[in-house]
Amino acid sequence: MKFYRSHIILGMDTPSLLAGAKGVRDTLEKQLKEKNIVNEIRIVETGSLGYNGVSMIIYPEGIIYTGIKPEDIKELVEEHLIKGRPVKRLMAIESSQKDICAGKQEKLLDGQVRIVLKNAGSIDPENIIEYIAKDGYMALGKVLNENTPKEVIDIVKNSELKGRGGAAFPTGKKWEFTYNTESSQKYVICNADEGEPGTFKDRLIMEGDPHAVIEAMAICAYAIGANKGYIYVRGEYKLSIDRIKKAIKDAEEHNFLGENIFDSDFSFNIEVCLGGGAYVCGEETALIESIEGKRGEPRLKPPYPPVCGLFGKPTIVNNVETLANIPQIILNGSDWFKKLGVKGSAGTKVFTILGDINEKGLIEVPMGISLKEVFENIAKGTRSGKKVKFAHIGGSSGNIVPFNNFDIKLDLNTLASSDLTHGSGVILFVSEDIHINDYLKSVAKFFKHESCGKCTPCREGTFRIYQFMEKLNKKEGKKSDISKMKDLCKVMKNASFCGLGQAAVNPFLDAMTHFEKEMMEGVKEGKK
Amino acid sequence: MTCCNVDVGKILKEYSEEKGNLMEILHKIQNSSKENYICDDCMKKISDYTKLPLNKLYGVTSFYTMFSNKKRGKYVIRMCESCPCHVLGAEAVINSFVDELGIKVGETTKDGKFTLEHCACLGLCAVAPAVMINEDVHGNLKPEMVKDIIAKYE
Amino acid sequence: MKNINITIDGKEYQVPENYTILEACKQAGIEIPVLCYHPDLRPEGSCRLCVVEIEGMRTFQPSCAYPVNEGMKVKTNTKEVRDARKMALELILSRHPQDCLVCERNNSCELQKLAAEFNMTDIYFSNELPAFKTEDESGVIVREHQKCINCGRCVRACQEVQSVNALEFFNRGYEKLVLPTGNKKLHETTCTYCGQCITVCPTGALHERDETDMVWNWIEDPNIHVVVQTAPAIRVSIGEEMGMEPGYLSTEKLVGSLRKLGFDKVFDTDFAADLTIIEEGHELLHRLKNNGTLPMITSCSPGWIKFMETFYSDLIPNVSSCKSPQQMFGALAKTYYVEKAQIDASKVKVVSIMPCTAKKYECNRPEMKDSGYQDVDVVLTTRELAKMIKIAGINFAEIKGEKYDAPLGISTGAAAIFGASGGVMEAALRTVYEVVTNTELENIDLKMVRGMEGVKEATVAVGNLDVKVAITNGLSNARKILDKIRAGEADYHFIEIMCCPGGCIGGGGQPRPTSPDKRKARMDAIYCEDCNMELRKSHKNPAIDTLYKEFLKEPLGEKSHHLLHTKYTKRDSNV
Repeated sequence: MKFYRSHIILGMDTPSLLAGAKGVRDTLEKQLKEKNIVNEIRIVETGSLGYNGVSMIIYPEGIIYTGIKPEDIKELVEEHLIKGRPVKRLMAIESSQKDICAGKQEKLLDGQVRIVLKNAGSIDPENIIEYIAKDGYMALGKVLNENTPKEVIDIVKNSELKGRGGAAFPTGKKWEFTYNTESSQKYVICNADEGEPGTFKDRLIMEGDPHAVIEAMAICAYAIGANKGYIYVRGEYKLSIDRIKKAIKDAEEHNFLGENIFDSDFSFNIEVCLGGGAYVCGEETALIESIEGKRGEPRLKPPYPPVCGLFGKPTIVNNVETLANIPQIILNGSDWFKKLGVKGSAGTKVFTILGDINEKGLIEVPMGISLKEVFENIAKGTRSGKKVKFAHIGGSSGNIVPFNNFDIKLDLNTLASSDLTHGSGVILFVSEDIHINDYLKSVAKFFKHESCGKCTPCREGTFRIYQFMEKLNKKEGKKSDISKMKDLCKVMKNASFCGLGQAAVNPFLDAMTHFEKEMMEGVKEGKK
Repeated sequence: MTCCNVDVGKILKEYSEEKGNLMEILHKIQNSSKENYICDDCMKKISDYTKLPLNKLYGVTSFYTMFSNKKRGKYVIRMCESCPCHVLGAEAVINSFVDELGIKVGETTKDGKFTLEHCACLGLCAVAPAVMINEDVHGNLKPEMVKDIIAKYE
Repeated sequence: MKNINITIDGKEYQVPENYTILEACKQAGIEIPVLCYHPDLRPEGSCRLCVVEIEGMRTFQPSCAYPVNEGMKVKTNTKEVRDARKMALELILSRHPQDCLVCERNNSCELQKLAAEFNMTDIYFSNELPAFKTEDESGVIVREHQKCINCGRCVRACQEVQSVNALEFFNRGYEKLVLPTGNKKLHETTCTYCGQCITVCPTGALHERDETDMVWNWIEDPNIHVVVQTAPAIRVSIGEEMGMEPGYLSTEKLVGSLRKLGFDKVFDTDFAADLTIIEEGHELLHRLKNNGTLPMITSCSPGWIKFMETFYSDLIPNVSSCKSPQQMFGALAKTYYVEKAQIDASKVKVVSIMPCTAKKYECNRPEMKDSGYQDVDVVLTTRELAKMIKIAGINFAEIKGEKYDAPLGISTGAAAIFGASGGVMEAALRTVYEVVTNTELENIDLKMVRGMEGVKEATVAVGNLDVKVAITNGLSNARKILDKIRAGEADYHFIEIMCCPGGCIGGGGQPRPTSPDKRKARMDAIYCEDCNMELRKSHKNPAIDTLYKEFLKEPLGEKSHHLLHTKYTKRDSNV
């Protein structure tokens, strides 16, 4: 094997490409050639590194540079790579050498621990060898050689891992249902229909570490007795689709997928299914309908998918992030995982932090971090310098938390507000120059557009909420509109068919609690 | 019957008749059409091949926003209007596209080049506000950038 | 079936374990409002009018779909539950026209009834109606889409009960709506005009084209001789539509009413049904003797015929070439009858009273002109006839009974049972048996072919031959048998296929709302009518005897062939 004295890990995800990552790479290649160090230094293109602009990490030092432009490259190459002197002005934060957990994770940004994003940004996602070099497919090999399916389920159960995409249902328990259901055909589905506005963690995992998802699906399939899997990816996620497809092909070539994996009796294949632009397909039964080639409307429950799912067969639907935890849990054990996070919320959580803040991006932190810590230490305050008004956490259907309540801890119990969306992990910080009615109108428009229309409360309710918000936003509302909207929201929460309608009302109910006075500014004078 | 001149038969042959791949078939056929849509003739052929009754097939294509049974422009501009884009000024950007192209959202320019569509979150929130033009991504947009972006498409 | 314990509103009950909460409540005497639920259809749980609170569950569940389980505690009447139901109804009403007084369904509308029950005196939301034009290009089924409330009952009836697939939901969210395939007109789709969508529609969004005005005009015109025929299933359903209990048998009141309405002759399709048995029976015997295509399949049901032409045109040789009784009647009325009565055929109008909407389509098929004129001029459904009776101020409950006119009003019990699934088969077997064996059939009630089941099979010994028969009702049930024939797995001799659930008693033109219980009552009445008849075998009908002697000469003869038999057309299934 060839030896390189330095590795440059270059983020090449969609936002990086937009910021000019291609130009940076070309210049870098040119410079290395010019300085005649092509054989000493290797460029690894990877997914998002979690920073703004074009970013890279240079190993073995582990120094992170961000906001790089082609004109910086000459200096970087001469100073860092030739003279060994890091270029301070481009460095993000001094990376810490201190290991915090199991001796494996690196501390990146303040307070972050990487399990799910372990490899995202440090390996070439299109090169299966690099994944293997980072203990990839070791967990699969381990369970196939050492564990019975029942033991695998016990490990996952003991880890207390809960679903990261929706209902926070204990993953191990879900697997057990399917394990216990007799059927000649079972399915594993990876829910990669990431549609919650503001969320792109699943995209980054798929773009940065697609094999982790594939490995986890294979482990799940072995545990529950499935031989076929589907990854349902949003149709808009072009790069994710390409990377996942390539990864499946490579995994097949290395017999991590296919017949008799690791020379065992276990066989497993994965197909990619594309979404068509429907938020509701994040709901697991709607997703199943969509894979079956139908309108993506949710199904009646019971029966639940673990017993009767895709094509009427027992089916596990797990979110990308949930799955990405699995190989690490297998390798490091349940106890290691449980120690991360807080009681009732084991492990880490990936959050997307957005809005009017200085440091936008993706973070993976242990459960239980407070919103204030995220805002002050990670987001580093508002970019505009204005006062922050509220944070909208968990996506459009999540809760609106006013600045006064920023002390809340972000764990599953806090976040578990709905079936469909909790834990999607978006935190959108909104500053005081945005009027609450303007903001809510945008939220309402989203749900009006995305309601599948199956049940009355959601189909008609999302439409009426938008109508109300449009009126309030034009200052043409009536006082009674707000109380009617409150009644409507309560009914939608109680009586909608699926999590979409039940959760869509969360921000409105919160706003009516915390910002009622401001909402009243939309009432036309004298109108009752 | 208007046909979009897509070799449907050839595309369909790539897929087994096994259930579970309709969505990908629809994407593939639509992407092969120069006008970004699935014509009635193709719908019939898909129905024949997949054994999915035609009424249900139309039910499916009309459900998902990415599919269209009406001719669209060579370039479909999908403009995100979700909250993360909204709070960073998406509305002004969208208005700029509307003004620049002289069409409303949902319409196609007379020369058949552009179709404007609203869409839900594209997952490009890190570079909000963002749009997708066919498969290209444009982020960190400001209204004054729109003219140059449009000019790049022939 | 095992029973389980369930607590509803604080009281304990024992109910079968396969019940839904709705069924359990019904047993407990608690009425739960429903809208998207229909007893004939798979529950969808989407309208949310039937939601209940279940202890331990975060959100309300639809009682129509949620199964009971041991120890379950249900609340049906809390403030939150009432609020949720009322809000759902208010939301629906705010997207529905409020001109109930001038609606087809005024006083028979389920939505209107619910609004009254909910004491809906005010709707807060603005009335938002989709801009749709009423569409009736099919000439049979009228779609007033602006009255659609997205309950999806028509879609489930069309797709699941009938497997016709002419209707489907389009778009999503508040733009979701029901449309014919590809947003075409109904007559450009695979629609069979069976009208099952109409029978399940809770509002005025779907109904048949009202053709009563035309009939009134003919009756008023002294130069026109208006002849009316009534299908076998009308006498067991018109009473129901006039406010009597389901299954009320009102043959003579029906005749009396028709005469009072001013029809010049009141005849009976049953006459033609007897004739059908003679023609079809001989056709079957001919096929059996001459190695003809078997199994032979009945052809009385025009919805089935269009379905067959569309989806199973390869089986055209299996289908009897006999016209339906209605069309046989029309052809004879304008030839045999006018000759006998010495009337100018061009001055005669034939009106059919049918339980069926597809008959409206059938009478307008271009080939149905063998008399030299359109054989049947117009078809009215049971519901349309009731409208005429009401407008004419006839007190149906009190009107004196009268008898059909001769000769086209003379019939047997074998014809009466045409209206129920299995009836054509039974009638045919009664005749075929006696024609073949030349001995009297001892037990005339062939109960093995009766009943509501979707697919029935039986073997009947006719002389030396064990005749294997199958009977289906509802088109998705027909598919089960037809696919067997296609696969070469069926060894039946004779198959009866009826388009609608339970046969014509469940037809698309029958009283609404329908239910299995109501259809059962109508069916029972049909067999009661058969029992009451003096003659119960078609070949014993003296009027049919005379018809052959005077006019047709012989079954399957040249004249029969010309007037009573027809051809079928292959149609595109992918439209």
